[in-house]
Amino acid sequence: MSNNFIYRLDWWLILIYLFLVIVGIVNVYSATYTESLESIFDFSQLAGKQLLFLFISIFLGAIILGINIKFFEHFATSSYITSILLLIGLFFFGKTVSGATSWYDLGGFSLQPSEFAKIGTAMMIAGYLGKFQSDLKKSKTLLKVIGYLLIPFILIVLQPDPGSALVYFAFFIPLLREGLNFAYLIIFLSLLALFFITLSFKLSTSIGIIGIITFVIYLILKKFSSKIKIWPFILTFIISIGFSFSVDYIFNNLFEQRHRDRINVVIGKTLDSKGVGYNINQSKIAIGSGGLRGKGFLQGTQTKGDFVPEQQTDYIFSTIGEEWGFLGGFLVILMFGILIIRIIIRAEKQNSKFRRVFSYGVAGLIFIHFFVNIGMTLGMVPTIGIPLPFISYGGSSLLAFSLMIFIHLNFDANRLNEW
Amino acid sequence: MIRKFFFPTITLVTALIFIVRLISLQLINSSYKSLSDDNAVIENEVFPERGYIYDRNNKLLVSNQPVYDLIAIPENITAFDTLQLAKIINISKSELQDKLSTARKFSMKLPYVIVNQISKERNAIIQEKIWKFTGFYLQKKSLREYPNPIASNILGYVSEVNRNDMKKDDYYSLGEPTGRQGIERYYEDLLRGVKGKKFFQKDRFNRIIGSYEDGIYDIPSKGAQNLILTLDLELQEYGEKLLRNKRGGIVAIEPETGEVLSLVSAPSYDPNLLVGRMRSKNYRNLTLDSISKPLFDRGLQAQYAPGSPFKTLNALIALQEGVINSNTTYRCNHGHFYARGMFMDCHCKYGTYNNLLSGIFRSCNTYFANIYRKIIDESGDGVAEGVNIWKKHLLSFGLGNYLGYDLPVGKKGFIPDASYYDYWYKKGGWKSATIVSNAIGQGEILTTPIQMANFTATIANRGFYIKPHFLKSVSNGTFKTINEKKITTIDSIHFETVIDGMYQVVERGTARVARIPGIEVCGKTGTVENFVKIEGVKTQLTDHSMFIAFAPKDNPKIALAVLVENGYWGARWAAPIASLLIEKYLTGEVKRKLLENRMLNGNLLAEYEKPYSGKPFLINE
Repeated sequence: MSNNFIYRLDWWLILIYLFLVIVGIVNVYSATYTESLESIFDFSQLAGKQLLFLFISIFLGAIILGINIKFFEHFATSSYITSILLLIGLFFFGKTVSGATSWYDLGGFSLQPSEFAKIGTAMMIAGYLGKFQSDLKKSKTLLKVIGYLLIPFILIVLQPDPGSALVYFAFFIPLLREGLNFAYLIIFLSLLALFFITLSFKLSTSIGIIGIITFVIYLILKKFSSKIKIWPFILTFIISIGFSFSVDYIFNNLFEQRHRDRINVVIGKTLDSKGVGYNINQSKIAIGSGGLRGKGFLQGTQTKGDFVPEQQTDYIFSTIGEEWGFLGGFLVILMFGILIIRIIIRAEKQNSKFRRVFSYGVAGLIFIHFFVNIGMTLGMVPTIGIPLPFISYGGSSLLAFSLMIFIHLNFDANRLNEW
Repeated sequence: MIRKFFFPTITLVTALIFIVRLISLQLINSSYKSLSDDNAVIENEVFPERGYIYDRNNKLLVSNQPVYDLIAIPENITAFDTLQLAKIINISKSELQDKLSTARKFSMKLPYVIVNQISKERNAIIQEKIWKFTGFYLQKKSLREYPNPIASNILGYVSEVNRNDMKKDDYYSLGEPTGRQGIERYYEDLLRGVKGKKFFQKDRFNRIIGSYEDGIYDIPSKGAQNLILTLDLELQEYGEKLLRNKRGGIVAIEPETGEVLSLVSAPSYDPNLLVGRMRSKNYRNLTLDSISKPLFDRGLQAQYAPGSPFKTLNALIALQEGVINSNTTYRCNHGHFYARGMFMDCHCKYGTYNNLLSGIFRSCNTYFANIYRKIIDESGDGVAEGVNIWKKHLLSFGLGNYLGYDLPVGKKGFIPDASYYDYWYKKGGWKSATIVSNAIGQGEILTTPIQMANFTATIANRGFYIKPHFLKSVSNGTFKTINEKKITTIDSIHFETVIDGMYQVVERGTARVARIPGIEVCGKTGTVENFVKIEGVKTQLTDHSMFIAFAPKDNPKIALAVLVENGYWGARWAAPIASLLIEKYLTGEVKRKLLENRMLNGNLLAEYEKPYSGKPFLINE
């Protein structure tokens, strides 16, 4: 490693990364604080463990920075296969915690392979798209990519951990960058919209809304081009109704009640603050009570009273909101924004497609966690239990995201070294 | 190009939406802020000890007693000897186990009351052994205590606040003690003081985990006041004894000050019944007793025709209106015809001549019928004006309206006027003879015993009264003595003749039984006809025995009205009872033991059974 290399490292990114991890440790400490707890450096406590994982991450990160970048491209497929094997292995050796078999028990701590499978998958997709013959406009390439994504997705759904599986939609982002037709995104978002419309209203009302939207879109497009015909819209309308019917059926007959409840709370159908909506409500109360400056470190009354469940993991942002107020929340959101955009800007400078796709994948994964987790904590997205990267308590999550960041840093620092 | 900017744009928009959401949650929508306070901060109320109540001589009427709740926190309970615990708290083993399992179902972490309101005595036993039972503890509470089982009708009682009370007054929260009747209710604000607040930090199991912000938001409670009443404990106790096994009321007032010395209503109840665990059950029993109505204050709420004592007022009005003078004389022929074929009985012998004085001490119906007709016919222009003038005088004695004393119950009584008779008999359809029953206090007039005691005090004062009241002073000194004189429309010179008449009533008239050696007692008996409806038929019952009196004649110290329901004539029960009370109050002891024993042992329960027996019965026997 030359001085040159150290100079070329993206230190701003490293600072933001360290900032977020330290914010995480401080707030995990606060969220799990009891009067008897002495030190943040007590490794038997959650905050101490998290600190330990930061050291491990930095140690492994330093090793990663020393690895020749050529290695990663060769390593892509095998890392993917390792990930898949680890996921399959869960069904035989996994530890079941609150209904999901998602962990390997390694004595002192647990390992969650679905976190690391994200790296393997990102590698695999990057490796495949990095090849010259791949082209997302071709259905063969597209199908292969979907296949690579579907394998871990299904394995994780089967754990069952649908929240972690949903994260794989993050790969829309590198795929769109590399030429995936936007129509797929539009179809995906339309289906999502249809899904929520169907659940928010009665079936008859939903059909009416869908009809009106389809017709309005038709009229707008007609203005731009008179060649637009009406029959594709009628077809879309009919398919939409069919989808709506099936959503209605799936929701009421195939979903479990807890899934229905979570979605109902967000679309405002359920207002039961002590029952289903309890978590979200408590989280909103905690954040709302923070005001501009917050109540201060260890001063959050909601946090101390343990009103918000899972506060050190999925709801860590509510601790930040309560104790550090709007300023704290704003800073964290800002840092995530800068982190993601900075990764993209650097990725754009890559001349290797492999490395660009990988960095895009990292950014996409961080983004979707950020979007779902904070959105959930603020009561804007259904309750999906996934951690906030770098901040939520969880060694596997911190380690996996750290490794992604360090691999990206390595790629970035070495982008001029190739060929 | 679009592919390069698509994702950064999405990221920016998302971050922006989140920030807007944060602004709305944290900076604009303040409702979440107070919710947090509700949620994580527990507000405990600190109650000052409820004020004591004393009689006029600083003798204790009402105090507080500590009671204890045995409380368990299921989470903390370790293995223990169930049988032993059940034994010391005096419940069965299975009952204890039931309570513990209910407590566990309720919450493992929250305190649950296993046995409430344990007495001091049993607490002493439990306190000794409680250390053996981890997870159990005793919590002190305060209840009312009445050293003497008297004056329940005046003192009222204390019970827990319900939702209705909370709607009326937002000071209270559910389950707090509040005065319900009598003094406890009327002077609730003074007795309870103002509760304070302490704030604690709690967790999601509602467990207190420390004081909130070192108590800077705590509000100290403000002291409750002790009350000193105008009542005389001994007189009150004696009055209640005398009315035992009878129904009726006694009101005794100090004329000079309007202070109520005693207010007895019989039958009554032991105020200790409405304290503690058995309160609601006992209260139910009291309300269900629709025959003797122990919760009905006969001194304040019962409206009777005043009977003969009312003649004194008619005499005063006749004198004031100048329609008679003290020498005006009428002949009584064992009664008289007040209209064609209408005869009013009197117990005077045939051919008795009565002037005002003898009219009063003989209680001559003929005499008062005549002067009453003179008042109605001659004091104004026509009978209508006459009746209204008569009413005006009576109102100045505090009749026909609330007196304004400091207890929450009462009745107005009734004094008829011209419009009332115009309504019943049509305008011009009535004459003084039509309403002549008013002359002797029968008719349409209704008064309560406290109104009668008050007009007696007014006569004793020779023409004024001070609003009767029960509060003498407050421990913080804020109470101002009531001394506003309500002056009647009768000039004070007219009172002497009437008072002389009342003195003669006791000396040689209808109430000689009330004479006390060495004390000049003035009084007037009454024998009040009364009716009830039994299965829809108006039925006459045995007359009420009535007596008003004051003593001594000059510089009166006590004025009182005594009513004994269905006691027959006035001198039979009411006059002796009044006389004994006067003797007790003025001399401190009763020397007439024979009379005292006859009154104490007198029993009218058989009389009260009559209307409910379902058989025909005799009255006035």
